[in-house]
Amino acid sequence: MNQELRELYQQVILDHNRSPRNFRLIEHPTNFAEGYNPLCGDNINIFLKINNKGIIEDISFQGSGCAISKASASLMTSMLKGKTVQEAEKIFDRFHELVTDKLGDNPDIDDLGKLAVFAGVREFPARVKCASLAWHTMLNALHDKKEKVITE
Amino acid sequence: MNTKDAVLADSYSKIYDVYKIRNDFPILKTLVHNKPLVYLDNAATTQKPQYVIDKTNNYYKKYNANIHRGVHALSQEATEAFESSRIIIKNFINALGKNEIIFTRGTTESINLVASTYGRKFINEGDEIIISTMEHHSNIVPWQMLCEEKNAKLRVIPINDTGEIIYDEYEKLFNKKTKFVSIVYASNSLGTVNPVKNIIDLAHDYNVPVLVDAAQAVNHLKIDVQELDCDFLAFSGHKLYGPTGIGVLYGKVHYLDLMPPYQGGGDMISKVTFDKTTYNQLPHKFEAGTPNIAGAIGLGAAIEYVEEIGLENIAYHENILLEYATNAVSQLAGIRLIGTAKEKIGVLSFHFENVHPHDVGTFLDFEGVAIRTGHHCTQPLMNRFCIPATSRASFGLYNTKEEVDVLINGLTKILEVFGQ
Repeated sequence: MNQELRELYQQVILDHNRSPRNFRLIEHPTNFAEGYNPLCGDNINIFLKINNKGIIEDISFQGSGCAISKASASLMTSMLKGKTVQEAEKIFDRFHELVTDKLGDNPDIDDLGKLAVFAGVREFPARVKCASLAWHTMLNALHDKKEKVITE
Repeated sequence: MNTKDAVLADSYSKIYDVYKIRNDFPILKTLVHNKPLVYLDNAATTQKPQYVIDKTNNYYKKYNANIHRGVHALSQEATEAFESSRIIIKNFINALGKNEIIFTRGTTESINLVASTYGRKFINEGDEIIISTMEHHSNIVPWQMLCEEKNAKLRVIPINDTGEIIYDEYEKLFNKKTKFVSIVYASNSLGTVNPVKNIIDLAHDYNVPVLVDAAQAVNHLKIDVQELDCDFLAFSGHKLYGPTGIGVLYGKVHYLDLMPPYQGGGDMISKVTFDKTTYNQLPHKFEAGTPNIAGAIGLGAAIEYVEEIGLENIAYHENILLEYATNAVSQLAGIRLIGTAKEKIGVLSFHFENVHPHDVGTFLDFEGVAIRTGHHCTQPLMNRFCIPATSRASFGLYNTKEEVDVLINGLTKILEVFGQ
């Protein structure tokens, strides 16, 4: 496989695509949002259960999409469970910087953990939206915005 | 094999040299990710032969001027080239007269023109317009907008699982309220060729006019508008190896005369005062403003190029590729073909059970293969097949069996990576 392609489709991404984590419905979520990418037809629903201390007790997703968007949603939900709303917002910012190439050539991304596998997305401008759809939808759910997230 | 097929096979094998044809298209020598370009996105747009590029360039290099009413030499030359393209198009689809050929920006504008002029004038509250499940958004939305404005109703012909129109259901849709039928000749997503002649004849039994969206048909099938007896026909230049931004609306004079103008401006008038304007005769009544002159000249050249090879030979060639590719893709596990009608143009849509079309597209791009992935502007059709999107390979006159092999190899690699 070509090097750039290998960077994009790392084993972790392929694995999460095959068996996505937290791919389920949460009954009675405290927060919920829908995301849609009209370009490729990806759609995603994000469910959150946030307790009165502002901690994300549970987070899940449903929908359909490409390997990048599914793996991104899967890893995001794994990463955010147990985090506070403020922490989730901060991780969103860092992730966004990573995939939109704002961190430069040798980024310090230790804090991003497994999310670092999405660094390869930078080389594929057409696929950045795939990686970030779940994140934008999550942010909308946190802020309880009612309108659908549309990325294209 | 019947006699006609035998004659065609014979003519094809004598005339058709695909490797020689490829030399006419400079872009086919391009490398993509260091691999030779395998261009299988012809249903989106086709590549342009040097002949078309030269004819278009020549207009800008040698006789660029505005057309009509100019008394200077360049203007006359430009007018002559522009109007001869109209005659080439008229002959190409066997229209009765050149006044039936209206230049537009493309199929989309042609359909919008009819919806906003004929539609606005003749469609009233409660009337019904018939389209089909496999329409491109450009043959859905203009009618939907009209229906919304007039409080009219859109009726949709259903299709079966192979992607063919259910003719009996079409027949049942007719009633006294039916006022218009707009139907695609060949589907861009499925490749299905619709029985337009029967569809038109039935509509005419009810005195209902028919528009045929021939965007995908015009480069594969010989179209004779008089034989079809369609009332309107729309197509684009860029799917016919010509430039983008130029297209055609054919209309019967009877209807074109009844219709109000589409846009107001220069060229479409015969006399203007502040009290009243009288409109120009056909086809100029529908061509306000300076048109895409180079585009029209390029389209004329594209038709000359295609006719030189022969549409029947091209269709024969593409059919060989379609059969070869259909057969190869059918052997791959975990891939479902979308669109298996008996009559098809060279379009192969497929859907992986476990790989999203977007991933397929990115992988194939690294093999140099250009295909289209997505809903192909036919979302209601995707819903009909309960899928969000497909991967689509579409063949043109310059594609080869070796290129189909590159596609199949790429698909096999994808299946390996995604572990099926």
